Amino acid sequence: MSRTTRISRFARAVTALASLSLIGLFFLPLWRVQLVAPQYPEGLGMRIGINSIRGATIYDLDNINGLNHYIGMQRITPEAIPELRLMPWILGALIVTGLIAALVGRRRPLYAWFAGFFVASAAGLVDFWRWEYEYGHNIDFEHAIIKIPGMNYQPPLMGVKQLLNFTAVSWPDAGGWLAFAAFALATLAVVTVYRSATCRPAHA
Amino acid sequence: MSTSRIRRISAATAIVSALGILGYACAPSGKSSSTSNLLAGDAASRVYVAPGSYDTYYAFLSGGFSGQVTVYGLPSGRLFKQIPVFSQYPQTGYGYNEESKPMLATTFGSVPWDDSHHTEMSLTNGVPDGRWLFINANNTPRIARIDLKRFETEEIIQIPNAAGGHASPFATPDTKYVVSATRFSVPIPQADVPIGSYKKNFKGTLTFVRANEPGKMDVAFQIMMPGYDYDLGHAGKGPSDGWFFFTTYNSEQANTKLEVNASQADKDYIAAVNYKRAEECIAAGKAKKFPGSYVHNFVDPGTQIASSETRNGVTMLYPADCEGLVYYLPTPKSPHGVDIDPSGEYIVAGGKLATVIPVHSFTKMMKAIEGRQFEKTIDDIPVLRYDAVIAGEVQKPGLGPLHTEFDGKGNAYTSMFISSEVVKWKLGTWQVLDRIPVYYSVGHIMIPGGDGMKPYGKYLLALDKITKDRYLPTGPEGSRSAQLIDISGDKMKMLLDFPTLGEPHYAQAVPAAMLQPTSLKFEKLSENTNPFVTASERDGGIERHGKRVDVKMIAIRSHFAPDVLEGIQVGDTVYFHVTNIEQDWNIAHGFAVFGATTSGMTLPPGETRTLKWIPQAPAVYPFYCTDFCSALHQEMQGYVRVSPAGSTVALMANTSHTAQTAVAQKAEEAEHEHEHAAKHGGEKEHR
Repeated sequence: MSRTTRISRFARAVTALASLSLIGLFFLPLWRVQLVAPQYPEGLGMRIGINSIRGATIYDLDNINGLNHYIGMQRITPEAIPELRLMPWILGALIVTGLIAALVGRRRPLYAWFAGFFVASAAGLVDFWRWEYEYGHNIDFEHAIIKIPGMNYQPPLMGVKQLLNFTAVSWPDAGGWLAFAAFALATLAVVTVYRSATCRPAHA
Repeated sequence: MSTSRIRRISAATAIVSALGILGYACAPSGKSSSTSNLLAGDAASRVYVAPGSYDTYYAFLSGGFSGQVTVYGLPSGRLFKQIPVFSQYPQTGYGYNEESKPMLATTFGSVPWDDSHHTEMSLTNGVPDGRWLFINANNTPRIARIDLKRFETEEIIQIPNAAGGHASPFATPDTKYVVSATRFSVPIPQADVPIGSYKKNFKGTLTFVRANEPGKMDVAFQIMMPGYDYDLGHAGKGPSDGWFFFTTYNSEQANTKLEVNASQADKDYIAAVNYKRAEECIAAGKAKKFPGSYVHNFVDPGTQIASSETRNGVTMLYPADCEGLVYYLPTPKSPHGVDIDPSGEYIVAGGKLATVIPVHSFTKMMKAIEGRQFEKTIDDIPVLRYDAVIAGEVQKPGLGPLHTEFDGKGNAYTSMFISSEVVKWKLGTWQVLDRIPVYYSVGHIMIPGGDGMKPYGKYLLALDKITKDRYLPTGPEGSRSAQLIDISGDKMKMLLDFPTLGEPHYAQAVPAAMLQPTSLKFEKLSENTNPFVTASERDGGIERHGKRVDVKMIAIRSHFAPDVLEGIQVGDTVYFHVTNIEQDWNIAHGFAVFGATTSGMTLPPGETRTLKWIPQAPAVYPFYCTDFCSALHQEMQGYVRVSPAGSTVALMANTSHTAQTAVAQKAEEAEHEHEHAAKHGGEKEHR
């Protein structure tokens, strides 16, 4: 077995840690969208998890949907979003393959896992943006009570945006930060492995 | 013009000129130093609660002849809410809508008004605990319990064998009992007798009401007393726990021109009642069953519907049958308030016509009872010797002492009705320390927690009967008022003066932190068990049962569903059961229908309210939302078509677009299921 294809104990440990920390995403929301208006000083909020969209309180989602009927937005119903059923499996696969990569302790499986992690994360963000776009632009103008030409109600992916009287603030939640941390750990593992493979002096 | 008046005016002019100069001198420097600030010192900043900030105390003021309770913030004096209790309240529909109507039931029928006097917070270990507020009705004796999560009246119990429920609803230190005593002695049981036979036939009663469990308020027992006027009361605490003290006047037993005839004796009495002894006597079978009907009204927490129950018979104790139950403490003169200091040792009487404030000692009282130092006996009640029970007298306190509160630092504060001032004096030395004028003719005073064992001795609120020139005039009917006084220093300091609703008798106040976190934001729709709740848009509708028509309706921003009703006929009685299905803080709707002869009603989120309506003539009647709920509030309306009796117009209730869509979806789903089932069945058959 060639010495150079094996990865360090440190990289294996970090890979395992990154994988295991992803388990937290089953419990913690990934993203939070907070809506604040003059009449809603306490704010309305949504918490987006890998398999759920919930209100910050059990009433918030209904209240957001209730307000959205004025502007002709579709009801946000978690059941209508198939990704929420798919994502737990993808996440589970990422965790299992990450642990396998750590166990096998070779470069290629690690790289492959990292590539998968990257693609899944990027796809997730793009998909999230796509749903925001869908909800923000798919307006039922026929029945909308308040019609503002040219207006869309797409909340930001990350950041702050004024939507009529509401200030929408979108930001990663605990699970999101955990995912970023896991990704940073995975990157660290890959970088150390890559450096040890390419930067090691030839005579060592 | 008298010389003293001229002198006063010149002095005032001098002060005004001095202030003017100061103001002028300050103006160019740009510092704000208005004359009002100079006059009031830092009072303005002491009561200023900036927009968006909170008061530090909730204050609950009785409404007097309004029959209600008002909720204010202190120190700002801002009015937050009027809680309807004994009087109908068209603002919310209390006493008009079907859910709350039973709250006003009595043995006299529905009594839609009363004279509410004293607020009393529930207590735990002698300290206000913020669970409930009690308030009494004087005219038709009743005690109400207000829930302090909802700030709504939840329970009312009538007091039988009584008239003038004034010495009420003071609580024992653990809220086991709240009390009520007859201010007006009457024949008990009631009878048609000559009023001149007062001394022979008229009696007083002291009533102890079980109060420590919602829905379970009940008359525990009554004590039959001589026919005096029982005026006010307070429970003992600490060493005097287990005793209750009531003032009496009219020990002369006059039945006419009491003003003169009940003011003859130098001393009347404080009745000291050992209620633990009462419990022993009842347990020993020494009480009698006694007639007496009374009504108990209670709001079911789930349905939010009040129901009434008439109860018959009470447990009556006679002092003759229960030795050691009651003692009389001679007290000058025609005493009004009786207040127990935080230590539980001193019993302070407000002798309206006395020249001193008499203070009895509980320790001396117990010794006098032990040593049988009785002056005489009235109807089997021993009268203790005045010098054997008196701890001290506050000399020259002012005129017309009524009520005393305590700051927990060894000081007492007494309201002086006639000299219109609050007097601060020291417990133990009985020295007057300070006095401050109030505007005008103060009745009760209130220190937050000031009748409990641990007063929050920072503020005192004076509750006044007359305002005269204090505010901009509003015609012959002026307001009453309250004045906030800072008592944190040696000298009392006037901070704020504000008008009140009705007549504020007693008040209670607790730190905001005790109630703010638990105040209910809205009723959970899932916990609304009203039989006519409409939980979602698709569930509304109309049903006929003979001449009764029930309309089940939802209110949500910004529509009712259903909102077009037909097929109702003259002669029908229509019940609009409207559920506000909002689950959002402070998002209220209202409901009113054209031609209704009662009131509209507010619809708090998550709750169902029912309006009974008897249409008189064929016509189309609009109904609408009365509480500006949303941007499309003006569009929140509907129509009821009323046809002549016997009309063939079909009973119909249409629903909103949203509801129609929902119903259509439901139908579609059902159809799919049907098809699926058919297919599945077909396959089965095929096999």
